[in-house]
Amino acid sequence: MRDFWKRFSRNRGAVIGLVILILVIALSLFAPMLFPRSPWAMVQRPFLPPFSLDAFPLGTDPMGRDLASGMAHGAGLSLLVGFISTVVSLLIGIPIGALAGYFGGWVDDVLMRFTEFFQSVPSFALAIVLVAIFQPSIGSIVLAIAIVSWPPVARLLRGEVMALRAREFVEAAILSGQTSSTIIWRQILPNTLSPIIVLSSMMVAAAILIESALSFLGLGDPNIMSWGYIIGAGRTVLRQAWWVSFFPGAAILLTVLALNLIGEGLNDALNPRLARQGK
Amino acid sequence: MKAVVILIGIIVLNFLLIHAAPGDPAAVMAGEAGETDELFLQQLKERFGLDKPLPLQLWLYVQSILQFELGYSYRQQLPVSQLISERLPATLLLSITAFGISICLGILGGALAAARQGRWSDTLISLAALIFYATPLFWLALMAILLFSVQLGWLPGFGYESVGAGYTGLWRALDILTHLILPAMTLGLFFMAIYARMTRSSMLEVSRLDYVKTARAKGLRPRLIQRRHILRNAILPVVTLAGLQAGQLVGGAVLIETVFAWPGIGRLMFDALSQRDYNLLLGVFVVSAAMVLLFNLITDILYRIVDPRIRVAS
Repeated sequence: MRDFWKRFSRNRGAVIGLVILILVIALSLFAPMLFPRSPWAMVQRPFLPPFSLDAFPLGTDPMGRDLASGMAHGAGLSLLVGFISTVVSLLIGIPIGALAGYFGGWVDDVLMRFTEFFQSVPSFALAIVLVAIFQPSIGSIVLAIAIVSWPPVARLLRGEVMALRAREFVEAAILSGQTSSTIIWRQILPNTLSPIIVLSSMMVAAAILIESALSFLGLGDPNIMSWGYIIGAGRTVLRQAWWVSFFPGAAILLTVLALNLIGEGLNDALNPRLARQGK
Repeated sequence: MKAVVILIGIIVLNFLLIHAAPGDPAAVMAGEAGETDELFLQQLKERFGLDKPLPLQLWLYVQSILQFELGYSYRQQLPVSQLISERLPATLLLSITAFGISICLGILGGALAAARQGRWSDTLISLAALIFYATPLFWLALMAILLFSVQLGWLPGFGYESVGAGYTGLWRALDILTHLILPAMTLGLFFMAIYARMTRSSMLEVSRLDYVKTARAKGLRPRLIQRRHILRNAILPVVTLAGLQAGQLVGGAVLIETVFAWPGIGRLMFDALSQRDYNLLLGVFVVSAAMVLLFNLITDILYRIVDPRIRVAS
Protein backbone atom coordinates (compact mmCIF):
# COMPACT_ATOMS: atom_id res chain seq x y z
CA MET A 1 0.00 0.00 0.00
CA ARG A 2 2.78 2.39 0.91
CA ASP A 3 4.55 1.42 -2.29
CA PHE A 4 1.38 2.12 -4.21
CA TRP A 5 1.05 5.58 -2.70
CA LYS A 6 4.70 6.34 -3.38
CA ARG A 7 4.34 5.53 -7.06
CA PHE A 8 1.00 7.33 -7.30
CA SER A 9 2.30 10.49 -5.67
CA ARG A 10 5.29 10.61 -8.00
CA ASN A 11 2.80 11.64 -10.68
CA ARG A 12 2.19 15.29 -9.85
CA GLY A 13 -0.89 15.54 -12.06
CA ALA A 14 -2.50 12.61 -10.28
CA VAL A 15 -2.05 14.26 -6.88
CA ILE A 16 -3.59 17.49 -8.17
CA GLY A 17 -6.45 15.43 -9.58
CA LEU A 18 -6.98 13.70 -6.26
CA VAL A 19 -7.09 17.02 -4.41
CA ILE A 20 -9.67 18.41 -6.86
CA LEU A 21 -11.80 15.27 -6.61
CA ILE A 22 -11.73 15.36 -2.79
CA LEU A 23 -12.82 19.01 -2.90
CA VAL A 24 -15.71 18.19 -5.24
CA ILE A 25 -16.78 15.26 -3.05
CA ALA A 26 -16.61 17.49 0.05
CA LEU A 27 -18.65 20.16 -1.73
CA SER A 28 -21.34 17.65 -2.61
CA LEU A 29 -21.42 16.21 0.91
CA PHE A 30 -21.63 19.59 2.62
CA ALA A 31 -23.99 21.16 0.09
CA PRO A 32 -27.10 20.71 2.27
CA MET A 33 -25.27 22.42 5.18
CA LEU A 34 -23.64 25.21 3.16
CA PHE A 35 -26.81 25.93 1.21
CA PRO A 36 -29.74 24.68 3.27
CA ARG A 37 -32.24 26.34 0.97
CA SER A 38 -33.41 24.42 -2.09
CA PRO A 39 -31.23 25.22 -5.11
CA TRP A 40 -34.50 25.85 -7.00
CA ALA A 41 -35.56 28.66 -4.65
CA MET A 42 -35.61 32.17 -6.10
CA VAL A 43 -33.57 34.23 -3.67
CA GLN A 44 -32.36 37.38 -5.39
CA ARG A 45 -33.04 39.47 -8.43
CA PRO A 46 -32.40 37.62 -11.70
CA PHE A 47 -29.13 38.16 -13.62
CA LEU A 48 -27.16 39.18 -10.55
CA PRO A 49 -23.53 39.25 -11.78
CA PRO A 50 -20.96 37.18 -9.87
CA PHE A 51 -18.74 38.70 -7.15
CA SER A 52 -21.18 41.59 -6.65
CA LEU A 53 -22.85 40.39 -3.43
CA ASP A 54 -21.01 38.41 -0.76
CA ALA A 55 -24.05 36.27 -0.04
CA PHE A 56 -24.22 35.15 -3.68
CA PRO A 57 -20.60 34.87 -4.85
CA LEU A 58 -21.45 33.37 -8.24
CA GLY A 59 -24.51 35.53 -8.88
CA THR A 60 -27.96 34.34 -9.90
CA ASP A 61 -29.51 32.77 -12.97
CA PRO A 62 -32.36 34.15 -15.13
CA MET A 63 -34.87 32.99 -12.49
CA GLY A 64 -33.03 34.58 -9.59
CA ARG A 65 -31.77 31.27 -8.24
CA ASP A 66 -28.46 31.17 -6.37
CA LEU A 67 -25.85 29.82 -8.79
CA ALA A 68 -23.40 28.77 -6.08
CA SER A 69 -26.10 26.72 -4.40
CA GLY A 70 -27.02 25.07 -7.69
CA MET A 71 -23.39 24.22 -8.33
CA ALA A 72 -22.92 22.67 -4.89
CA HIS A 73 -26.11 20.64 -5.11
CA GLY A 74 -25.33 19.60 -8.68
CA ALA A 75 -21.93 18.16 -7.72
CA GLY A 76 -23.52 15.23 -5.92
CA LEU A 77 -25.63 14.22 -8.87
CA SER A 78 -22.70 14.27 -11.30
CA LEU A 79 -20.53 12.13 -9.04
CA LEU A 80 -23.34 9.76 -8.14
CA VAL A 81 -24.43 9.15 -11.72
CA GLY A 82 -20.79 8.83 -12.79
CA PHE A 83 -19.97 6.19 -10.17
CA ILE A 84 -23.16 4.14 -10.35
CA SER A 85 -23.27 3.98 -14.14
CA THR A 86 -19.63 2.89 -14.18
CA VAL A 87 -20.43 0.09 -11.73
CA VAL A 88 -23.36 -1.00 -13.89
CA SER A 89 -21.27 -0.99 -17.07
CA LEU A 90 -18.62 -3.05 -15.29
CA LEU A 91 -21.34 -5.52 -14.36
CA ILE A 92 -22.27 -5.83 -18.05
CA GLY A 93 -18.78 -5.68 -19.55
CA ILE A 94 -16.83 -7.92 -17.18
CA PRO A 95 -18.90 -11.12 -17.66
CA ILE A 96 -19.06 -10.64 -21.43
CA GLY A 97 -15.33 -10.01 -21.75
CA ALA A 98 -14.39 -12.78 -19.32
CA LEU A 99 -16.54 -15.41 -21.05
CA ALA A 100 -15.30 -14.38 -24.51
CA GLY A 101 -11.66 -14.45 -23.45
CA TYR A 102 -11.89 -17.66 -21.43
CA PHE A 103 -13.85 -19.87 -23.79
CA GLY A 104 -12.69 -18.46 -27.14
CA GLY A 105 -14.09 -20.09 -30.27
CA TRP A 106 -17.69 -19.42 -31.17
CA VAL A 107 -18.52 -17.96 -27.75
CA ASP A 108 -15.84 -15.36 -28.35
CA ASP A 109 -17.09 -14.72 -31.89
CA VAL A 110 -20.69 -14.19 -30.85
CA LEU A 111 -19.89 -12.02 -27.83
CA MET A 112 -17.38 -9.89 -29.69
CA ARG A 113 -19.73 -9.29 -32.64
CA PHE A 114 -22.29 -8.21 -30.05
CA THR A 115 -19.74 -5.86 -28.46
CA GLU A 116 -18.66 -4.46 -31.82
CA PHE A 117 -22.26 -3.78 -32.63
CA PHE A 118 -22.67 -1.62 -29.54
CA GLN A 119 -19.40 0.08 -30.33
CA SER A 120 -20.50 1.13 -33.79
CA VAL A 121 -23.84 2.55 -32.66
CA PRO A 122 -23.54 6.33 -32.14
CA SER A 123 -23.35 6.13 -28.37
CA PHE A 124 -24.67 9.54 -27.40
CA ALA A 125 -27.58 9.27 -29.84
CA LEU A 126 -28.48 5.89 -28.33
CA ALA A 127 -28.31 7.36 -24.83
CA ILE A 128 -30.68 10.15 -25.91
CA VAL A 129 -33.16 7.70 -27.41
CA LEU A 130 -33.05 5.44 -24.34
CA VAL A 131 -33.61 8.25 -21.85
CA ALA A 132 -36.33 9.82 -23.98
CA ILE A 133 -38.27 6.58 -24.37
CA PHE A 134 -37.96 5.44 -20.75
CA GLN A 135 -38.61 8.98 -19.43
CA PRO A 136 -35.86 10.99 -17.74
CA SER A 137 -35.02 9.81 -14.23
CA ILE A 138 -31.81 8.92 -12.42
CA GLY A 139 -32.48 5.25 -13.12
CA SER A 140 -32.96 5.65 -16.86
CA ILE A 141 -29.96 7.97 -17.15
CA VAL A 142 -27.69 5.54 -15.30
CA LEU A 143 -28.94 2.65 -17.40
CA ALA A 144 -28.51 4.54 -20.67
CA ILE A 145 -24.95 5.57 -19.80
CA ALA A 146 -24.10 2.01 -18.76
CA ILE A 147 -25.52 0.56 -21.98
CA VAL A 148 -23.38 2.82 -24.14
CA SER A 149 -20.21 2.53 -22.02
CA TRP A 150 -19.61 -1.17 -21.40
CA PRO A 151 -17.94 -2.23 -24.72
CA PRO A 152 -14.43 -0.99 -23.81
CA VAL A 153 -14.66 -2.97 -20.55
CA ALA A 154 -15.54 -6.15 -22.41
CA ARG A 155 -12.71 -5.67 -24.90
CA LEU A 156 -10.16 -4.93 -22.18
CA LEU A 157 -11.21 -7.91 -20.10
CA ARG A 158 -11.24 -10.27 -23.06
CA GLY A 159 -7.62 -9.38 -23.85
CA GLU A 160 -6.52 -9.75 -20.22
CA VAL A 161 -8.34 -13.04 -19.74
CA MET A 162 -6.94 -14.48 -22.97
CA ALA A 163 -3.42 -13.68 -21.84
CA LEU A 164 -4.01 -15.13 -18.36
CA ARG A 165 -5.71 -18.21 -19.76
CA ALA A 166 -2.42 -19.30 -21.32
CA ARG A 167 -0.46 -19.00 -18.04
CA GLU A 168 0.72 -22.04 -16.10
CA PHE A 169 -1.25 -21.39 -12.94
CA VAL A 170 -4.49 -21.45 -14.90
CA GLU A 171 -3.49 -24.65 -16.67
CA ALA A 172 -2.66 -26.15 -13.30
CA ALA A 173 -6.10 -25.18 -12.05
CA ILE A 174 -7.73 -26.78 -15.09
CA LEU A 175 -5.71 -29.98 -14.59
CA SER A 176 -6.61 -30.10 -10.92
CA GLY A 177 -10.22 -30.35 -12.02
CA GLN A 178 -11.58 -26.98 -10.95
CA THR A 179 -14.71 -25.91 -12.77
CA SER A 180 -14.55 -23.11 -15.31
CA SER A 181 -16.54 -20.76 -13.12
CA THR A 182 -14.21 -21.31 -10.14
CA ILE A 183 -11.20 -20.69 -12.32
CA ILE A 184 -12.65 -17.49 -13.74
CA TRP A 185 -13.71 -16.19 -10.32
CA ARG A 186 -10.78 -17.33 -8.20
CA GLN A 187 -7.80 -17.46 -10.55
CA ILE A 188 -8.39 -15.07 -13.39
CA LEU A 189 -10.59 -12.14 -12.35
CA PRO A 190 -8.48 -11.11 -9.31
CA ASN A 191 -5.56 -10.70 -11.71
CA THR A 192 -7.46 -8.32 -13.96
CA LEU A 193 -8.23 -5.91 -11.14
CA SER A 194 -5.58 -3.26 -11.86
CA PRO A 195 -6.47 -2.53 -15.49
CA ILE A 196 -10.15 -2.48 -14.50
CA ILE A 197 -9.50 0.08 -11.77
CA VAL A 198 -7.55 2.30 -14.18
CA LEU A 199 -10.27 2.07 -16.83
CA SER A 200 -13.00 2.72 -14.25
CA SER A 201 -11.69 6.11 -13.23
CA MET A 202 -11.65 7.18 -16.89
CA MET A 203 -15.16 5.77 -17.29
CA VAL A 204 -16.52 7.78 -14.38
CA ALA A 205 -15.13 10.85 -16.14
CA ALA A 206 -16.77 9.93 -19.44
CA ALA A 207 -20.06 9.16 -17.67
CA ILE A 208 -20.08 12.60 -16.06
CA LEU A 209 -19.64 14.14 -19.52
CA ILE A 210 -22.57 12.12 -20.92
CA GLU A 211 -24.79 12.92 -17.94
CA SER A 212 -24.12 16.63 -18.24
CA ALA A 213 -24.83 16.54 -21.98
CA LEU A 214 -28.14 14.75 -21.40
CA SER A 215 -29.18 17.26 -18.74
CA PHE A 216 -28.10 20.07 -21.03
CA LEU A 217 -30.52 18.82 -23.68
CA GLY A 218 -33.29 18.74 -21.09
CA LEU A 219 -33.11 15.00 -20.48
CA GLY A 220 -32.06 15.25 -16.84
CA ASP A 221 -34.11 14.16 -13.88
CA PRO A 222 -36.52 17.09 -13.55
CA ASN A 223 -36.41 16.98 -9.73
CA ILE A 224 -32.67 17.15 -9.24
CA MET A 225 -30.36 20.10 -9.87
CA SER A 226 -27.45 19.26 -12.14
CA TRP A 227 -24.57 21.10 -13.77
CA GLY A 228 -25.73 20.26 -17.26
CA TYR A 229 -29.20 21.60 -16.52
CA ILE A 230 -27.81 24.96 -15.34
CA ILE A 231 -25.73 25.31 -18.50
CA GLY A 232 -28.82 24.51 -20.55
CA ALA A 233 -30.81 27.13 -18.65
CA GLY A 234 -28.06 29.69 -19.19
CA ARG A 235 -27.72 28.94 -22.88
CA THR A 236 -30.52 31.22 -24.06
CA VAL A 237 -29.18 34.14 -22.02
CA LEU A 238 -25.54 33.59 -22.95
CA ARG A 239 -25.12 37.15 -24.21
CA GLN A 240 -26.53 38.81 -21.10
CA ALA A 241 -25.31 36.42 -18.41
CA TRP A 242 -22.19 34.48 -19.37
CA TRP A 243 -21.61 33.34 -15.81
CA VAL A 244 -24.67 31.10 -15.67
CA SER A 245 -23.17 28.79 -18.30
CA PHE A 246 -19.54 29.41 -17.51
CA PHE A 247 -19.20 28.24 -13.89
CA PRO A 248 -20.96 24.87 -14.08
CA GLY A 249 -19.06 24.03 -17.29
CA ALA A 250 -15.78 24.87 -15.62
CA ALA A 251 -16.81 22.61 -12.72
CA ILE A 252 -17.48 19.72 -15.11
CA LEU A 253 -14.15 20.32 -16.83
CA LEU A 254 -12.24 20.30 -13.52
CA THR A 255 -13.98 17.19 -12.21
CA VAL A 256 -13.49 15.24 -15.44
CA LEU A 257 -9.88 16.40 -15.71
CA ALA A 258 -9.27 15.32 -12.11
CA LEU A 259 -10.64 11.83 -12.75
CA ASN A 260 -8.55 11.43 -15.91
CA LEU A 261 -5.42 12.55 -14.07
CA ILE A 262 -6.17 10.10 -11.26
CA GLY A 263 -6.58 7.38 -13.88
CA GLU A 264 -3.10 8.08 -15.22
CA GLY A 265 -1.68 8.11 -11.71
CA LEU A 266 -3.36 4.78 -10.95
CA ASN A 267 -1.91 3.39 -14.14
CA ASP A 268 1.58 4.43 -13.04
CA ALA A 269 1.04 3.01 -9.59
CA LEU A 270 -0.59 -0.28 -10.56
CA ASN A 271 1.49 -1.11 -13.63
CA PRO A 272 4.91 0.09 -12.50
CA ARG A 273 6.76 -1.73 -15.26
CA LEU A 274 4.68 -0.16 -18.03
CA ALA A 275 4.91 3.27 -16.49
CA ARG A 276 8.67 3.24 -16.38
CA GLN A 277 8.78 2.22 -20.03
CA GLY A 278 6.57 5.15 -20.92
CA LYS A 279 8.83 7.69 -19.27
CA MET B 1 -21.00 -7.38 -45.31
CA LYS B 2 -20.27 -6.53 -41.70
CA ALA B 3 -21.90 -3.16 -42.26
CA VAL B 4 -25.12 -4.81 -43.44
CA VAL B 5 -25.25 -7.01 -40.33
CA ILE B 6 -24.73 -3.98 -38.09
CA LEU B 7 -27.39 -2.02 -39.95
CA ILE B 8 -29.92 -4.81 -39.54
CA GLY B 9 -28.92 -5.07 -35.88
CA ILE B 10 -29.65 -1.37 -35.46
CA ILE B 11 -33.06 -1.73 -37.08
CA VAL B 12 -33.85 -4.62 -34.74
CA LEU B 13 -32.69 -2.53 -31.79
CA ASN B 14 -34.94 0.28 -32.95
CA PHE B 15 -37.84 -2.13 -33.19
CA LEU B 16 -37.21 -3.33 -29.66
CA LEU B 17 -37.04 0.25 -28.43
CA ILE B 18 -40.43 1.07 -29.90
CA HIS B 19 -41.86 -1.95 -28.13
CA ALA B 20 -40.02 -1.21 -24.91
CA ALA B 21 -41.51 2.27 -24.69
CA PRO B 22 -44.32 2.56 -22.19
CA GLY B 23 -47.71 2.42 -23.85
CA ASP B 24 -48.96 1.22 -27.19
CA PRO B 25 -46.31 1.11 -29.96
CA ALA B 26 -48.80 2.65 -32.33
CA ALA B 27 -49.25 5.56 -29.96
CA VAL B 28 -45.49 5.91 -29.71
CA MET B 29 -45.17 6.02 -33.47
CA ALA B 30 -47.96 8.52 -33.80
CA GLY B 31 -46.28 10.93 -31.45
CA GLU B 32 -47.63 11.50 -28.00
CA ALA B 33 -51.06 10.15 -27.22
CA GLY B 34 -53.84 12.71 -26.97
CA GLU B 35 -53.47 14.16 -30.40
CA THR B 36 -54.21 10.85 -32.02
CA ASP B 37 -57.65 9.49 -32.72
CA GLU B 38 -58.75 5.88 -32.72
CA LEU B 39 -59.11 5.60 -36.47
CA PHE B 40 -55.57 6.78 -37.02
CA LEU B 41 -54.18 4.34 -34.48
CA GLN B 42 -56.06 1.57 -36.22
CA GLN B 43 -54.52 2.56 -39.54
CA LEU B 44 -51.05 2.58 -38.04
CA LYS B 45 -51.65 -0.83 -36.50
CA GLU B 46 -52.65 -2.25 -39.84
CA ARG B 47 -49.84 -0.61 -41.72
CA PHE B 48 -47.13 -1.84 -39.41
CA GLY B 49 -48.97 -5.08 -38.77
CA LEU B 50 -49.09 -4.39 -35.04
CA ASP B 51 -51.93 -6.85 -34.67
CA LYS B 52 -49.73 -9.63 -36.03
CA PRO B 53 -47.28 -11.80 -34.01
CA LEU B 54 -44.03 -10.13 -32.95
CA PRO B 55 -41.54 -11.90 -35.30
CA LEU B 56 -43.71 -11.08 -38.30
CA GLN B 57 -43.92 -7.47 -37.14
CA LEU B 58 -40.14 -7.35 -36.96
CA TRP B 59 -39.87 -8.70 -40.49
CA LEU B 60 -42.27 -6.04 -41.82
CA TYR B 61 -40.42 -3.33 -39.92
CA VAL B 62 -36.99 -4.32 -41.30
CA GLN B 63 -38.45 -4.37 -44.80
CA SER B 64 -39.98 -0.93 -44.51
CA ILE B 65 -36.80 0.65 -43.12
CA LEU B 66 -34.58 -0.90 -45.77
CA GLN B 67 -36.81 0.88 -48.27
CA PHE B 68 -36.13 4.09 -46.32
CA GLU B 69 -39.75 4.14 -45.14
CA LEU B 70 -39.29 5.72 -41.75
CA GLY B 71 -42.90 6.64 -41.17
CA TYR B 72 -44.54 10.00 -40.77
CA SER B 73 -43.84 12.83 -38.38
CA TYR B 74 -47.19 14.14 -37.19
CA ARG B 75 -45.61 17.08 -35.43
CA GLN B 76 -43.92 18.35 -38.57
CA GLN B 77 -46.59 17.06 -40.96
CA LEU B 78 -43.99 15.52 -43.24
CA PRO B 79 -42.57 12.04 -43.88
CA VAL B 80 -39.59 11.35 -41.61
CA SER B 81 -37.43 10.29 -44.56
CA GLN B 82 -38.03 13.62 -46.26
CA LEU B 83 -37.20 15.59 -43.11
CA ILE B 84 -33.99 13.65 -42.69
CA SER B 85 -32.81 13.81 -46.28
CA GLU B 86 -33.31 17.57 -46.27
CA ARG B 87 -31.08 17.90 -43.22
CA LEU B 88 -28.52 15.22 -43.94
CA PRO B 89 -26.16 17.26 -46.19
CA ALA B 90 -25.58 19.84 -43.45
CA THR B 91 -24.71 17.13 -40.94
CA LEU B 92 -22.41 15.35 -43.37
CA LEU B 93 -20.61 18.63 -44.12
CA LEU B 94 -20.16 19.38 -40.43
CA SER B 95 -19.11 15.94 -39.27
CA ILE B 96 -16.81 15.12 -42.17
CA THR B 97 -15.06 18.49 -41.76
CA ALA B 98 -14.71 17.91 -38.02
CA PHE B 99 -13.46 14.37 -38.64
CA GLY B 100 -10.85 15.65 -41.10
CA ILE B 101 -9.74 18.50 -38.85
CA SER B 102 -9.44 16.27 -35.80
CA ILE B 103 -7.39 13.59 -37.58
CA CYS B 104 -5.04 16.00 -39.39
CA LEU B 105 -4.42 18.41 -36.52
CA GLY B 106 -4.45 15.62 -33.94
CA ILE B 107 -1.73 13.65 -35.72
CA LEU B 108 0.22 16.82 -36.45
CA GLY B 109 0.08 17.95 -32.81
CA GLY B 110 0.94 14.52 -31.47
CA ALA B 111 3.85 14.15 -33.90
CA LEU B 112 5.17 17.57 -32.95
CA ALA B 113 4.94 16.75 -29.26
CA ALA B 114 6.68 13.41 -29.72
CA ALA B 115 9.51 14.93 -31.78
CA ARG B 116 10.13 17.50 -29.07
CA GLN B 117 9.59 15.20 -26.14
CA GLY B 118 10.21 16.93 -22.82
CA ARG B 119 10.51 20.41 -24.27
CA TRP B 120 8.04 23.22 -23.66
CA SER B 121 6.15 22.72 -26.92
CA ASP B 122 5.55 19.08 -25.92
CA THR B 123 4.32 20.16 -22.49
CA LEU B 124 2.03 22.75 -24.04
CA ILE B 125 0.49 20.35 -26.58
CA SER B 126 0.09 17.57 -24.03
CA LEU B 127 -1.54 19.94 -21.54
CA ALA B 128 -3.93 21.30 -24.16
CA ALA B 129 -4.85 17.75 -25.20
CA LEU B 130 -5.48 16.81 -21.56
CA ILE B 131 -7.78 19.80 -21.04
CA PHE B 132 -9.76 19.49 -24.27
CA TYR B 133 -10.21 15.80 -23.56
CA ALA B 134 -12.01 16.78 -20.34
CA THR B 135 -14.11 19.63 -21.74
CA PRO B 136 -17.83 19.10 -22.31
CA LEU B 137 -18.48 19.65 -26.02
CA PHE B 138 -21.59 21.77 -25.62
CA TRP B 139 -19.91 24.04 -23.09
CA LEU B 140 -16.88 24.51 -25.33
CA ALA B 141 -19.30 25.44 -28.12
CA LEU B 142 -21.04 28.03 -25.92
CA MET B 143 -17.73 29.53 -24.81
CA ALA B 144 -16.52 29.65 -28.43
CA ILE B 145 -19.66 31.58 -29.39
CA LEU B 146 -19.16 33.91 -26.45
CA LEU B 147 -15.54 34.63 -27.36
CA PHE B 148 -15.42 34.56 -31.15
CA SER B 149 -18.82 35.87 -32.12
CA VAL B 150 -20.13 37.90 -29.18
CA GLN B 151 -16.91 39.44 -27.83
CA LEU B 152 -14.64 39.58 -30.86
CA GLY B 153 -17.28 39.45 -33.59
CA TRP B 154 -14.98 37.50 -35.88
CA LEU B 155 -17.21 34.61 -36.84
CA PRO B 156 -20.93 33.94 -36.97
CA GLY B 157 -22.07 31.71 -34.14
CA PHE B 158 -25.46 30.82 -35.42
CA GLY B 159 -26.93 28.92 -38.36
CA TYR B 160 -25.69 27.59 -41.65
CA GLU B 161 -25.58 30.71 -43.81
CA SER B 162 -26.55 34.38 -43.62
CA VAL B 163 -30.30 34.48 -43.89
CA GLY B 164 -31.61 36.83 -46.57
CA ALA B 165 -28.16 37.79 -47.81
CA GLY B 166 -28.94 36.18 -51.18
CA TYR B 167 -25.39 35.06 -51.88
CA THR B 168 -24.88 32.76 -54.83
CA GLY B 169 -22.08 30.60 -56.18
CA LEU B 170 -18.68 31.16 -54.65
CA TRP B 171 -19.90 33.81 -52.22
CA ARG B 172 -22.46 31.44 -50.84
CA ALA B 173 -19.82 28.74 -50.39
CA LEU B 174 -17.60 31.22 -48.56
CA ASP B 175 -20.52 32.30 -46.41
CA ILE B 176 -21.24 28.69 -45.44
CA LEU B 177 -17.56 28.16 -44.76
CA THR B 178 -17.41 31.02 -42.26
CA HIS B 179 -20.47 29.57 -40.53
CA LEU B 180 -18.82 26.16 -40.53
CA ILE B 181 -15.57 27.12 -38.82
CA LEU B 182 -16.77 27.42 -35.21
CA PRO B 183 -18.99 24.31 -35.08
CA ALA B 184 -16.49 22.13 -36.93
CA MET B 185 -13.59 23.29 -34.76
CA THR B 186 -15.43 22.78 -31.47
CA LEU B 187 -16.66 19.35 -32.55
CA GLY B 188 -13.18 18.45 -33.75
CA LEU B 189 -11.23 19.65 -30.69
CA PHE B 190 -12.30 16.83 -28.35
CA PHE B 191 -11.29 14.19 -30.90
CA MET B 192 -8.17 16.11 -31.84
CA ALA B 193 -7.12 15.80 -28.21
CA ILE B 194 -7.63 12.03 -28.28
CA TYR B 195 -5.68 11.56 -31.50
CA ALA B 196 -2.84 13.84 -30.40
CA ARG B 197 -2.37 11.84 -27.19
CA MET B 198 -2.52 8.57 -29.10
CA THR B 199 -0.10 9.74 -31.81
CA ARG B 200 2.36 10.98 -29.23
CA SER B 201 2.48 7.79 -27.18
CA SER B 202 2.44 5.59 -30.27
CA MET B 203 5.37 7.50 -31.80
CA LEU B 204 7.38 7.30 -28.62
CA GLU B 205 6.76 3.56 -28.56
CA VAL B 206 7.80 3.06 -32.20
CA SER B 207 10.90 5.22 -31.78
CA ARG B 208 12.37 2.62 -29.40
CA LEU B 209 12.16 -0.16 -31.99
CA ASP B 210 15.25 -1.67 -33.54
CA TYR B 211 14.71 -0.51 -37.10
CA VAL B 212 14.60 3.09 -35.92
CA LYS B 213 17.95 2.55 -34.20
CA THR B 214 19.25 1.12 -37.48
CA ALA B 215 18.05 4.17 -39.35
CA ARG B 216 19.80 6.42 -36.84
CA ALA B 217 22.95 4.35 -37.07
CA LYS B 218 22.88 4.70 -40.84
CA GLY B 219 23.12 8.41 -40.25
CA LEU B 220 19.77 9.42 -41.73
CA ARG B 221 18.59 12.89 -40.86
CA PRO B 222 16.45 12.86 -37.67
CA ARG B 223 13.57 14.66 -39.35
CA LEU B 224 13.46 12.05 -42.11
CA ILE B 225 13.43 9.27 -39.52
CA GLN B 226 10.59 10.99 -37.66
CA ARG B 227 8.50 11.32 -40.78
CA ARG B 228 9.21 8.19 -42.80
CA HIS B 229 10.13 5.60 -40.21
CA ILE B 230 8.28 6.54 -37.05
CA LEU B 231 5.18 8.48 -38.05
CA ARG B 232 4.19 6.12 -40.88
CA ASN B 233 4.02 3.22 -38.46
CA ALA B 234 2.73 5.13 -35.47
CA ILE B 235 -0.29 6.41 -37.40
CA LEU B 236 -1.90 2.98 -37.79
CA PRO B 237 -3.35 2.64 -34.28
CA VAL B 238 -4.55 6.25 -34.53
CA VAL B 239 -6.55 5.49 -37.67
CA THR B 240 -8.03 2.41 -36.01
CA LEU B 241 -9.02 4.54 -33.03
CA ALA B 242 -10.57 7.16 -35.32
CA GLY B 243 -12.80 4.46 -36.78
CA LEU B 244 -13.87 3.40 -33.30
CA GLN B 245 -14.55 7.01 -32.31
CA ALA B 246 -16.81 7.69 -35.30
CA GLY B 247 -19.88 6.81 -33.27
CA GLN B 248 -18.96 9.38 -30.66
CA LEU B 249 -18.34 12.00 -33.32
CA VAL B 250 -21.79 11.54 -34.81
CA GLY B 251 -23.29 11.68 -31.31
CA GLY B 252 -21.34 14.84 -30.56
CA ALA B 253 -22.80 16.43 -33.69
CA VAL B 254 -26.22 16.38 -31.99
CA LEU B 255 -24.90 18.67 -29.26
CA ILE B 256 -22.93 20.95 -31.57
CA GLU B 257 -25.83 21.33 -34.01
CA THR B 258 -28.16 22.16 -31.14
CA VAL B 259 -25.89 24.87 -29.79
CA PHE B 260 -25.06 26.42 -33.16
CA ALA B 261 -28.57 26.05 -34.62
CA TRP B 262 -26.93 24.09 -37.44
CA PRO B 263 -29.77 22.73 -39.59
CA GLY B 264 -28.69 19.09 -39.59
CA ILE B 265 -30.18 15.86 -38.31
CA GLY B 266 -28.71 16.44 -34.85
CA ARG B 267 -30.75 19.60 -34.52
CA LEU B 268 -33.70 17.61 -35.87
CA MET B 269 -33.15 15.07 -33.12
CA PHE B 270 -33.26 17.82 -30.52
CA ASP B 271 -36.50 19.18 -32.00
CA ALA B 272 -37.96 15.67 -32.02
CA LEU B 273 -36.93 15.37 -28.40
CA SER B 274 -38.57 18.57 -27.26
CA GLN B 275 -41.74 17.78 -29.22
CA ARG B 276 -41.81 14.14 -28.05
CA ASP B 277 -41.84 13.02 -31.66
CA TYR B 278 -40.59 9.47 -31.05
CA ASN B 279 -40.96 8.34 -34.61
CA LEU B 280 -38.73 11.12 -35.88
CA LEU B 281 -36.32 10.50 -33.00
CA LEU B 282 -35.90 6.85 -33.93
CA GLY B 283 -35.62 7.70 -37.62
CA VAL B 284 -32.73 10.06 -36.90
CA PHE B 285 -31.16 7.39 -34.74
CA VAL B 286 -31.22 4.82 -37.58
CA VAL B 287 -29.74 7.30 -40.03
CA SER B 288 -27.03 8.45 -37.63
CA ALA B 289 -26.07 4.81 -37.07
CA ALA B 290 -25.82 4.39 -40.84
CA MET B 291 -23.57 7.47 -40.87
CA VAL B 292 -21.17 5.78 -38.47
CA LEU B 293 -20.85 2.95 -40.98
CA LEU B 294 -19.94 5.53 -43.60
CA PHE B 295 -17.18 6.84 -41.36
CA ASN B 296 -15.92 3.31 -40.84
CA LEU B 297 -15.68 3.01 -44.60
CA ILE B 298 -13.67 6.24 -44.75
CA THR B 299 -11.25 4.96 -42.12
CA ASP B 300 -10.89 1.69 -44.02
CA ILE B 301 -9.85 3.67 -47.08
CA LEU B 302 -7.48 5.79 -44.99
CA TYR B 303 -5.99 2.62 -43.60
CA ARG B 304 -5.25 1.42 -47.11
CA ILE B 305 -3.54 4.67 -47.97
CA VAL B 306 -1.43 4.66 -44.83
CA ASP B 307 -0.54 0.98 -44.71
CA PRO B 308 0.95 -0.31 -47.98
CA ARG B 309 0.92 -3.90 -46.66
CA ILE B 310 -2.87 -4.02 -46.95
CA ARG B 311 -2.73 -2.77 -50.52
CA VAL B 312 -0.29 -5.51 -51.43
CA ALA B 313 -2.33 -8.19 -49.73
CA SER B 314 -5.51 -7.40 -51.57
